[in-house]
Amino acid sequence: MTETEVKQVVEQLLKKIAPDTEPANLQPDDDIRHTLEIDSFDALQFVVALDEHFGIDTPEEDYGKITTLRNLVNYIMQKTSEPGYHK
Amino acid sequence: MIEFNMPSLGADMEAGTLREWLVKPGDKVKRGDIIAIVETQKGLIDIEVFEEGFINRLLIKEDEKVPVGTLMALIADGKEEAIKPALPILEKEAVKEKVIEKITPVTIPRTVKASPLARRIAVEKGIDLTTIKGTGEGGVITKEDVEKAIAPKELLPAEKKPTATENIRMAVAAAMSKSNREIPHYYLQTKIDMSHALAWLAEANKTRTIKQRLLPVVLLIKAVAKALTEVPELNGYWQNGFQQKSDINIGFAISLRTGGVMIPAIHNADKKTPDELMQALNDIIPRTRAMKLKSSELSESTITITSLGEGNVELVYGVIYPPQVALVGFGCIMEQPWTEHGMLDVRPAITVTLAADHRATDGTTGSRLLMAINNHLQKPDML
Amino acid sequence: MIDENNTIKITYREALKLALRDALQKDEKVFLMGEDVGRYGGAFAVSKGLLQEFGHERIMDVPLSETGFVGAGIGAALGGMHPIVEVMTVNFSLLAMDQIVNNAATLLHMSGGQLNVPVIIRMSCGTGKQLAAQHSHSWEPLFAHIPGLKVLSVGTHEDARGMLLMALQSADPVIIFEYTAMLNMEGEIPANAGIVNSTNATVRKEGKDISIITYGAGVYKALDAAKELIPLGIDAEVVDLRVLRPLDTETIFTSVRKTHRALLVEEAWGSVNVAAEVSACIMENIFYELDAPVQRLCGAEVPMPYPKHLEDASLPQKEDIVSMVKRMLQHDRV
Repeated sequence: MTETEVKQVVEQLLKKIAPDTEPANLQPDDDIRHTLEIDSFDALQFVVALDEHFGIDTPEEDYGKITTLRNLVNYIMQKTSEPGYHK
Repeated sequence: MIEFNMPSLGADMEAGTLREWLVKPGDKVKRGDIIAIVETQKGLIDIEVFEEGFINRLLIKEDEKVPVGTLMALIADGKEEAIKPALPILEKEAVKEKVIEKITPVTIPRTVKASPLARRIAVEKGIDLTTIKGTGEGGVITKEDVEKAIAPKELLPAEKKPTATENIRMAVAAAMSKSNREIPHYYLQTKIDMSHALAWLAEANKTRTIKQRLLPVVLLIKAVAKALTEVPELNGYWQNGFQQKSDINIGFAISLRTGGVMIPAIHNADKKTPDELMQALNDIIPRTRAMKLKSSELSESTITITSLGEGNVELVYGVIYPPQVALVGFGCIMEQPWTEHGMLDVRPAITVTLAADHRATDGTTGSRLLMAINNHLQKPDML
Repeated sequence: MIDENNTIKITYREALKLALRDALQKDEKVFLMGEDVGRYGGAFAVSKGLLQEFGHERIMDVPLSETGFVGAGIGAALGGMHPIVEVMTVNFSLLAMDQIVNNAATLLHMSGGQLNVPVIIRMSCGTGKQLAAQHSHSWEPLFAHIPGLKVLSVGTHEDARGMLLMALQSADPVIIFEYTAMLNMEGEIPANAGIVNSTNATVRKEGKDISIITYGAGVYKALDAAKELIPLGIDAEVVDLRVLRPLDTETIFTSVRKTHRALLVEEAWGSVNVAAEVSACIMENIFYELDAPVQRLCGAEVPMPYPKHLEDASLPQKEDIVSMVKRMLQHDRV
């Protein structure tokens, strides 16, 4: 999966969580939760969605690694390319 | 015969529109069954019945708007009565969608001086003549005056139905105005060390799947609910005096993405485990945002929790949701310098506030509640 | 006399005479009877020259007895003739009231529909040249009160020219009021003017802001007032009732439905007059069209004074109409 594809999927998932926002307008270094006004409950739903879509487990201690679009995409790219990753 | 009335789904509700009957005469109903769907400012609400019996007669037609307290149906408590639905049954098919009246009926006080034509136009167009200054002879309101009053009104999209968002806004406005008008609030605040609670949560979440993960707010809710078992004076309603409630139903303020707040109840929160509370949130938050709540969830909360910690707000001075007598507000959990036993440390801490009705309780009671909340959050494994 | 618009300039008196001539020429059963209508040519010279043209049989001078000659006219009508009876002025019609009310107006009813009374009674009406209290009456309301009569009011030159001819088509008694004060007034009418419809009220000037409803001597005053109101931005409509009995309420209502205001102008005393009847009809039927109370300008409730300035002051004048319209429209409000 390319970076662009991952980014597209992330935007779709965010759109589902926060339907009235425009995730496509997010800048790479914007704080996602802050910019899209996502609360902790929706944030958790988003992590659940990431798990369901990409099959990656995001432990709570990693929450700090997925705050922006740039580091989130990197995080997903890294996780999905780890040995032992099964979609 | 049991009377089933249009329920009040909050202090701000004056009337509701019956959208659908889910039962028909002769049907057996039991406590908790949803028998009707009513549209209020807060969306479509499933209306539950709290009695057991048989539907005898439906008295309100679908799409009819009636004030709170209007008799909507009769429920027979004995079987025999129901078997012979002697009374006429309202046939669903016969009920036609009522033409929505475009014009708000106006009555013109006789003291208003207006020409016959001006009155006629005012009635036809739903213009309140008491708001118009007349320019006719002796200050009489003329056709021209009414037409001037209509002109700006008709520039707006013709009598559009308020949107759900506008409805919610008006409902919040009504409830909060009432609160601010009638309730003498007092406020208390304290800072709580969250390091134990968060450490416990981190451990707990390690053993849970992502979907089962707990959010800190679950612990906050549980701590408040348990504290209320010790300080029940803050759990209840002010309605001709204080009425303490035995069930602890936490109203959890959920902000809607389009604006406005809904406060669905988490019933018997003191008796639920953190996991059960998380499930309750998982159930209730999406339904709230979809405006699909049950009547009991809208009308039965006995205290409100608002957690504004999402936006890095440090503390909240809440406005009580009438007829409740207290609101507990949580700011965000943030790392702060913390002194204990003469040592300085950095700890995650949260500021909790209490807004309480001074008619019902005094500061000492409130302070006991905040202390109890703190105590419970220091022993998360006991929550 | 015919100008480029194909109109002729003519006095009100001339127009009345042309109508009489037409009537006499067209129908042999028509004849004119009245005090001094023959040799003298009529008290107001309306019938001057007709005796020479039509002879004694058809232009008949009568003794000074209104009861007698009006009764004779009614008798002639019953006998198959079509008499035009001139009562010199409306003031003397009171003497003939019994004949008019009890015979002319009732016989069709009392004979079970067998006896029509096709008599036309013309009379000169209103003020003249300072004729004072006994000779300046406006008795239109008295006659308009009586079922069985048709009551016409000649408010314009065109009607002076054509109303009589239309009245002659009626099989029942018709009272025609002509206006002394207007006799010398010149007006333009179409060169080929003739019979006019005399069953309806008519709109003399269209407008949208207010309906000035009047008849007789009020028509030209109202038209003059309407003209004066135009520069003020007030577009008044002038309705000439023409037929005072039976009232053509539809024309009245149509006008008021458009303008939502009505000003009634009448020379007769205000109490229990034609304007009172019109006002009541408006209230009863189209109350919710009204944007202002119906107003009336009528004769002052005094016997007609002799001095010219008081005579003028006791009748509604153009200036009164203008100021009342401005008041009703709150024209000067700031």
